[in-house]
Order: sequence, then structure tokens, then C-alpha cells
Amino acid sequence: MNPSFASAVADLPPLLRGHVLLSGAAILIAVAMGLPLALWAAGRARVRMPLVGLAGLIQTVPALALLALFYPALLMFDRATGASLPALGFLPALIALSLYALLPILRNGIAALQGLDPAVIEAADGVGMTRRQRLFLVELPLGAPVILAGIRTAAVWTIGAATLATTVGQPSLGNLIFSGLQTEDWVRVLTGCAASVALALVADGLLALVETGVARRSKPLIWTGAGLIVLGLAAALLPSAGASEQGRPIVVGAKNFSEQYILASAISDRLGAAGYRTERRDDLGSAVAYRALAAGDIDVYVDYTGTLWTNVLGRRDTPPADAMRVELTRRLAARDGVRLLGALGFENAYALAMRRDRAKALGIASIADLARVAPRLTLASDIEFLNRPEWRAVASAYGLRFAAARSYNPTFMYRALTDGSADVVSAFSSDGRVAALDLVTLADPKHALPNYDAVILLSPRAAKDARLAAALQPLIGRIPIARMREANFMVDRDTGKKTPAEAAAWLLSNIR
Amino acid sequence: MDDPDFLRLDGVGKRRGGRLVLDGVSLSVPAGAFVALVGPSGSGKTTLLKTINRLVEPDTGTIRLDGKDVRATPAPALRRRIGYAFQGIGLFPHMNVAENIGIVPSLSGAPAAERAARVAELLDLVALGPDFAARAPRTLSGGQAQRVGLARALAARPSLMLMDEPFGALDPLTRDELGRAYRALHDRLGLTTIMVTHDMTEALLLADRIVVLIDGRIRADAAPAALLAGHGDEAVRALVAVPRLQAERIAALGARP
Repeated sequence: MNPSFASAVADLPPLLRGHVLLSGAAILIAVAMGLPLALWAAGRARVRMPLVGLAGLIQTVPALALLALFYPALLMFDRATGASLPALGFLPALIALSLYALLPILRNGIAALQGLDPAVIEAADGVGMTRRQRLFLVELPLGAPVILAGIRTAAVWTIGAATLATTVGQPSLGNLIFSGLQTEDWVRVLTGCAASVALALVADGLLALVETGVARRSKPLIWTGAGLIVLGLAAALLPSAGASEQGRPIVVGAKNFSEQYILASAISDRLGAAGYRTERRDDLGSAVAYRALAAGDIDVYVDYTGTLWTNVLGRRDTPPADAMRVELTRRLAARDGVRLLGALGFENAYALAMRRDRAKALGIASIADLARVAPRLTLASDIEFLNRPEWRAVASAYGLRFAAARSYNPTFMYRALTDGSADVVSAFSSDGRVAALDLVTLADPKHALPNYDAVILLSPRAAKDARLAAALQPLIGRIPIARMREANFMVDRDTGKKTPAEAAAWLLSNIR
Repeated sequence: MDDPDFLRLDGVGKRRGGRLVLDGVSLSVPAGAFVALVGPSGSGKTTLLKTINRLVEPDTGTIRLDGKDVRATPAPALRRRIGYAFQGIGLFPHMNVAENIGIVPSLSGAPAAERAARVAELLDLVALGPDFAARAPRTLSGGQAQRVGLARALAARPSLMLMDEPFGALDPLTRDELGRAYRALHDRLGLTTIMVTHDMTEALLLADRIVVLIDGRIRADAAPAALLAGHGDEAVRALVAVPRLQAERIAALGARP
């Protein structure tokens, strides 16, 4: 079997379970909210239009943005009320997806009730049914096919959109898609897509069975469909119910690129060897990752000193590496209770890089040289770079202005450079592709870009656990830049690719 | 049976969208009477009928059934004691004929065996065979469906039947046949019936007493014979004249050589 397919399939069960639980819960909540709202609104023209309009408005917000918005919203809610709702993972994903599923359920629910024959309603009143009896004996049974069609639509949408829950730290089939996209592992991406599509088709098929059963008034069909749905949800629920008895696992976070997957994998391995049960939260945005750690939603991840310095502390100056790390250690501990365990030994700095031949032809060796010709050149950056303080710092220090600047995910960013659609990239110094593609990183004589030592951060909870710190201590100072580059390139190269877990194992085998 | 005030309406008024639909209607119906409520479209006859089982709540006035204000009983409980049949019939499409007929006993919590016996009895009463019990409403003809509608209305052994154009959508033959059949049931079961119709012929032939409603007011209240003899004002006489003139023209057609 293809190794990346084998690795994707091995990762599948917990992701599928998370996906089923999340989308199942979201659909149930949407039904529990949507049907009463539909009942309430069906007979009230003044409520109906604004309500359906509002649900429609939610629908027009891109699902990814809706998910992302609930993270800061929950953090603010926690801060305002002193509650401690988890702002990352299941809860924000659940709220966003429930809202997303509301529209078809609400709209079909209202249509079902309004489409009933008025004579039947008059008869129901005439024979002396109470409001409740009319609802359960007449309106719901007769409206059921249309109501169920709405639930089917919601189910298919929700299962598809749940892949995006990965971005707020909730494991889902999206993990395979996002990590596969980052490491150019298309088999992994396809496995994630296929699993999500299959799940949606199965859910749709089972609901169709119930719908047909209701339309034909066939109890066996209804019970078969409903029974299988309940069975599926129960199967997803059971293993996690067993696991929860063992206490909360250590949650290892990772941002959305290969190096982070490899290091998170290495950290998980070390903690596993020390007897800890671990969970992964992959593909976290830069800003989300640190806040998630401070809030205790994740327990350990790797970040970079320059990022923490500018983004978390909001500093503009660029002190020497050691001074920066000392100051960070002190401030993060005092402010958030976060422990900076130590530096891994390599730097993953933002650097501006060009193809060697192109740089030579234009006579560029430093960013200062680049600034002279930049107005004729195109910059390809990762998705964050242009919005980061580092870019503003380097741009203002050198008066840097490009003819065009485009954002890509890191994989496609290098492609843009090799196929000639960009001249300069915002590279990462530890990226294996810098050497592999024969790129030159431009010198920064004005020291506008801060230092980016990779450091292990521990949440307030993990900071109190001496055994945990001891398990990770062997990594500190033991990963030089060349080795990290090589590990990164194992995952990022086009042929003979390794999975992040394999690269992590290679990295650890070089430490022991 | 002989209660002269079995059903009594006093000053019943209803305003809808600024228009006075019912303008202080008072009416007393003795037990066992068959009253036809007639009038042109928009005269308020359906609204008046529906105030009796509280499908419409009047703005003013009181309605007493058996001496008791209908508002003293919760609407669903009141309606279960009053038979209601209307032009739309409104059989429940997801229930078979037996379930439709047995709905009121089932709402009141009657045991299944008692319900089944009652359904058989009612099918017989409306002249439908026992094989109809398991049929779905959509398989019935219009006349059969209204027979089931009548059986459903009679299921709880009501003493009062309210009927709103019950035979209005049927073909003339079925309509005549069902009208007679119902009149026979009315007499046999000792019912009190209020039937709304815009068909004066039907009213004259079926009812003991005809109440003419025009613009929300009672303009005539008399036995069919008295109306035919010219009772009432000009508008009432014009309504009664239609069937009589039609009958004379038909008779004249037959008399021609």
C-alpha cells in the first residue's frame, strides 16, 4: 500500500469520529432550534421575513470566517463573564456549524407548515384538537417530508463545512485535507475529501430512507434509517466516552506548515514515551495558537521568538537573540503563566529569497540592493506575511515597494518562484526548499527582521508539570538548522516524500 | 328534547377589518330543530356558525348551549361535543378512514376496542361498507369522502351538528341523495342541526326553519312554507323567488305538448 495512503488511513478513525460527533451534534442543535423557531414564525408574517433573512445572512458568511469569528467571540465572552468556556476546538466549531445548518431547517420547516391544506387544519380544530394535538397528530406528520428534506440539506452542508473545523483546533476530516495541502501529499488530501464525501452520502442516504418511510407511512423504513443514524452516532461516541475516563490528555498544537507538524509529532512521541496520552490540534493560525496556549486549550507547541516579540508583546525593537529570549521568558510567565521551556537550536526566520540566477542577473545580494529594483518585481508571500509587523518593519526600513505582491500557501509560494510568476518570496530560513531550489536569502544589513529562534512553549497547566518538562528537555538545543531543513525537505519534496511522523522519527533518532 | 332554548345567541357581533360582519344577531334554537342558515355570499352566515363552536370568537354578545355559556368550556372540549362538517371536508390524508372517524374518541382517550366498534357502527350509519375502514382518503369519491366526514362529526354522539355547505362541492345527484340521507339521520338520532347553505332549494327541502342573514343581520326567520307564502321583506322574497320561479319554468317545460 502507498505509504501516504497508509498513514492517512491510520489517522482516519479518530478524525472520522470527531467529524461525525461534531456534525451530528450541530445538526441536532440546528433541528432543536430550527423547528420550534419555524413553528413560532410560520403563522407570524412579521417575524418570518426577518428570521429567514437573518438565517440567510449567516449562510452568506463564508463558513471559514464564521468558524474563525467564534474563537475571539468566545474569548471575549470568557473575559467579560469570568466563565471558562473552551474557546478552541469543539465548542466554537459546534456553534458556527449549528448556525450554518439553521437556514435549510428553518426555511423548510416554515414552508412545510404553510403548505398544509387549510381544510385539514380547519378539520383538526373542528374535531376539537388542542394546539399541541394538532401539531403532533396533523401538522408534523404531514409536514415531515418537507421538514426532512431540509434536514437532509443541512446534513450534507454541515458534513462538508465541518472539514473547516480543523482551523479552530477541532479534529475533523479536514485535518487530512489541510495537512495534505501543506505537505503536498495529494493522496492525503484525496483521502480526507473522499471520507467527507462518503460520510455525507451515507448520512443523506439514511435520512432519505427516513423521508421515504415517512412519505409511505412505512414504520420499518423509518426505524431502519433512524436506527442506523443512532447507531453511527453511538459508535462515534463510545470510544471517546471510554477515553474520557483516563483524564484530560496533553494537547499538542501545531501551526499550518510542515516544520510545525514534524515538531508537534516529535513532541507527541516524546510525551508518549514518557507515558502521557496526547492529542493533536493542527493547523492553528499564528495568533490563535498562542492565545489557545495561554487559555489552556492546547498545552504545548513550538513558536518563534520574533513572532512572539512582535505579535504577542507588540514590540517594535529588535534586540539580540539572547536578550529577546530572556525578556520573553520573563514577560510570558508573568503575564499569562506560560513557560518558555527553551530554544530548539535553530532559527526559522522570515527572509526574503530569490533564485540564485535571477539575483545574480539583477546584482542583488541584500535587501538594500533589492529595494532599488523592487518596483519592477513581484513578491510572493505566505498568507500571513503581508499583514505582519515584520513586513511593515522591513518595508519601512528599506523603503521596499513591489510592483505586485501576492499571497499563497507556502507550497504554492515556492512554485510561483520556480515558474517565474514571482521574483522574490518571503521564505523561511529553516525551509528545506531554500537549499533544494538553490535560492539565495538576502542579507538584512539594517537588522529590520527580528530573530526567530524556535522555542517550546508550555501552557500554565503543563508548566506546573515537572515530569512533562523533563520529557521535552532533551529536545532543547539539539536541533540544528541543517537537520531541521533536511527533515522539512523530506516532507516537502516532490518525490520520495515522507510523512511528518516519519520525519519526526528521523529527527528524534538523530538526537538519541 | 323540548328545551326551547337549547342553543341561544344573544346580540352576537363581529367586526373584521373595520367591517361589521355580524351585527348583533340573536337567535334561539330548540332541541331537535333543523335550521338552515341562508343568505348571499358575505352575509356572515359562516362566521355566525363558527361562533357557536368558537372557531370564531365574537366581539360582543353571548352564546349559550344547554344553558351554559360556550366560553365557560375550553374550546377543544367544547368542539368535541359538537359535530362539525364543512365543504372542504378536511379528512386527514395520513390516516385511513377508520382512523379519521375514530379521531374524536381517540382524542378523548376511548379504548381501542370501543373505538373500533363505534367506527363500524358509524360506517353503517352513513351507508358505507366495512371494507371502507382501511381505505386511504385519497381513494374516495367526493360523496364517499363527505359521508366519512359526517361519520367523523357524529363519532362523539353530539347532540348539536354544525354544517357549513356540507354538500356544496358534490354533483347534483350525490348532493340530493346525501342531503336526504342526512335528514333521515337527523330525525333518527334526534339531532339539532344548523346548516349553512347558499342554496335556497336545499334549505327549503331539508330544513324545518330557515334563517335568512343579509349583511350580518337576520332578515327573516320562518318555516319553509311561510317563506314560500311571501313572508319577509323584498330582499328575502327575491331569494325565495329563485327556486320557485325555476320550478315553475321547469313545470312549464314539461307541460308543453
